Amino acid sequence: MIRSDANDHLVQALGANLTPVRRLAPPGLRLLMWLAILGAAALAIWMVSDVGVMIRRLSAAPDTMRLAVTGCMLTAVLAAAAAFQLSLPDRRATWALLPLPASLLWIGASGMGCLRAWFSPGSYPMPPSQTEHCLIFIVGVSLPLSLVLIIMLRRGFSLRPNLTAIIGGLACASAAATLLNFIHPYDAAATDLAVHSLAVVIVILANMIFGGRILMRKNGLTSR
Amino acid sequence: MTDMSLFYELDVTNGSVCGPGSRVRAFWSTTHAAPMTPKTMTTDAETSNHEEIDRRWASWMTAAQAGDRAAYETLLRDCIPFIKRVARGQGIRPDLIDDVVQETLLTVHQALQTYDPNRSFTAWLRTIAQRRGIDGWRRVARTGTREVHSPIVYENHSDPGGNPEEAAIEVDQTETSNSALHTLSAGQRQAVEHLALQSQSLAQAAAATGRSTVALRVDWHRALRKLRSQLGGKD
Repeated sequence: MIRSDANDHLVQALGANLTPVRRLAPPGLRLLMWLAILGAAALAIWMVSDVGVMIRRLSAAPDTMRLAVTGCMLTAVLAAAAAFQLSLPDRRATWALLPLPASLLWIGASGMGCLRAWFSPGSYPMPPSQTEHCLIFIVGVSLPLSLVLIIMLRRGFSLRPNLTAIIGGLACASAAATLLNFIHPYDAAATDLAVHSLAVVIVILANMIFGGRILMRKNGLTSR
Repeated sequence: MTDMSLFYELDVTNGSVCGPGSRVRAFWSTTHAAPMTPKTMTTDAETSNHEEIDRRWASWMTAAQAGDRAAYETLLRDCIPFIKRVARGQGIRPDLIDDVVQETLLTVHQALQTYDPNRSFTAWLRTIAQRRGIDGWRRVARTGTREVHSPIVYENHSDPGGNPEEAAIEVDQTETSNSALHTLSAGQRQAVEHLALQSQSLAQAAAATGRSTVALRVDWHRALRKLRSQLGGKD
């Protein structure tokens, strides 16, 4: 009876604290908004990069490289879609598996391209001195994209903040890796693949640590 | 309060995250594809009843999103038995069920803007309640590894400050000291206060009271003699 009274008091307190809320936009619409921001970033990089070189390189590139770029782009879109779904409390955790096929395509095609570059005499792999530029680009571009994404995810209410932040980090890292193709006129190589993987892991970890905490604090959670 | 016992049983035995909407209809249509019998007619009636309740809750929730306090409180009160049933279905201990209810209600309040009226409210609420039930399990497991619940040990723990005989003696001594101090003259009490209670030197006490050190010394010795005689001490 005492606890039932506590429930009733809580209901009254919540009722007294009620304010009209603006209903959250559907996850598809929020995804389109984030993709529009990503498109603006792509346009800015397009303006300062040599687009002709990129188009010639992609048209002359082997299938594995085109597949890797496609997989990377699809990973960004699907991971962002999954993150927006996970930011809602009634969605299943299995949404986190949505970007998995595209990620496997991205990793598999990059690995195959790496092997091709290893054995092909005509390939033009990236010089080792340039690898740090890739790392800085992916991490640097991911940072503002992550910030925007976390702010958008924060409008929702995720019951799994860490998982949501990790998938959001994957979306930002793969989006940055996609944009890297504008300024990256090299065939895939082992060092290239390793540096890209390292950058993606850094971005995902940073999102998990900082983004996860931001989402937890918003949800009044202490750990998850 | 709405009577929803059949609704709850269906939800728990079904064991899915879906609400009483299309998925439940699909569940019933696939498992009860037999010709119409009195039993299937009953289940159809139950399903439509569930849909009606879900629609009602969804409309209250929509009103709550617009700031309707009465609809919101009615909705929350109506949801409490449902949340309890979900928690029981998860095997939550009876003494923790109200914790899960309150955590779920708080989450509903924080996640108010995320409810989409085009989706089932029951499914939305059930997922939140199930998640808070899992949190309750985790909390119990965490507490169990760090704390020991042993009320008998607490009851048997001796409290050194709790001896009533000592407390009575202490009160008695305090009263005796106070009555002895009241028998002193004003000058003697002043000497005791500054030299004994405030631990001042003769010079400090003289400066503080404006009296000579000789007068203070005389009053101090007289006060001590009088206190000794009253408290049973020897000269």
